[in-house]
Amino acid sequence: MNIDNEKNRHIYWNPYFGGFLLGILIIFTFYITGRGLGASGAMKSSVVTIVDDVSHEHAEQSAYYSKFLDDTKSPMNNWLVFETLGVLVGAFISGGLSGRISWRIQHSPKITRRRRLVFALGGGILFGIGAQIARGCTSGAALSGMAVLSTGGFITMLAIFGTGYVFAYFFRKNWI
Amino acid sequence: MGPLIPNGLISFEWNSIIAIIIGIFFGFILEASGFSSSRKLAGVFYGYDFAVLKVFFTAALVSLIGLLYMDYLGYVDIGQLYVHPTYLWGAIIGGAIMGVGFVAGGFCPGTSLSAVAIGKIDAIFNVIGIMIGIFIFSELYTLFEPLYNGNFQGNITLVDSLGVNRYWFVFILTVGAIIMFALSDMIRKRVKKIFY
Repeated sequence: MNIDNEKNRHIYWNPYFGGFLLGILIIFTFYITGRGLGASGAMKSSVVTIVDDVSHEHAEQSAYYSKFLDDTKSPMNNWLVFETLGVLVGAFISGGLSGRISWRIQHSPKITRRRRLVFALGGGILFGIGAQIARGCTSGAALSGMAVLSTGGFITMLAIFGTGYVFAYFFRKNWI
Repeated sequence: MGPLIPNGLISFEWNSIIAIIIGIFFGFILEASGFSSSRKLAGVFYGYDFAVLKVFFTAALVSLIGLLYMDYLGYVDIGQLYVHPTYLWGAIIGGAIMGVGFVAGGFCPGTSLSAVAIGKIDAIFNVIGIMIGIFIFSELYTLFEPLYNGNFQGNITLVDSLGVNRYWFVFILTVGAIIMFALSDMIRKRVKKIFY
């Protein structure tokens, strides 16, 4: 099979096709498990596990960590963590088939690599805080929430994209 | 009659395996649609690439219509599906903070994971940032607690909140989404082209 990797690099699926498949996947997920997808939940489990390993007493005493601690099993033993492992594998396969795998820092040519890393880290910190407050991220709260017409899901989706548009002007140097 | 696992039609032990398989498809679709590229994701806010909008709303509508149709045919009991709970101010403020994080970092948790898988170092920093953010929230939980637990309205759907007929709402949402897709193509033609 002759895969022309150089040419394939920037060819992505038609977004309607990708969205259609994603919708079918969400239907299947709900049909089989009764719940939707998620992504930030696994990161929360990782943080809980790390804090628990570093200092078990601190985790037990904290009002937040103690919610996710269970003496019989590790906090990593939940559906979302397994799903997240699958996400890493699936994305790796797709990237590999298209020749997109390589270590790099993707940034606009108008900014330095360090600036991109700083904003990536800062954006991540904000996202982590927000995802905990809203009890979900775009995949869990917004996408899966909208699939069952959840009011919270719609509100979160509107808040994310609305605020993004409002603040886009201030971050424009990073992208365009 | 779905959903299958809560009703015992598939035994519970399959849960983790099914989770991994679903995750593999999720990651594959995200990466193949280009969501492993932060510049493609940020394009929706500047008008040079509306892939996020198209994928997001197409997926939401397909799953919405699909689940309603399966409920109508009797394959799924839509009342048994998990509805994301509504904490009014938590949803708004959490979403707002996430919006700023999104336009600053260019990633959300699911897409940053798919970017980590293909070797993007800025995505790795983003994931570390998300974990730091979760840590900060947990340590300062007592400050956030009233926001986190307040205004709980239950696991309500829009049908309960707005009192609209479910099917009419989906129809209007579909029409709205099609208009939005057409508008996004018009905007994209007028915006300066960015190569990324």
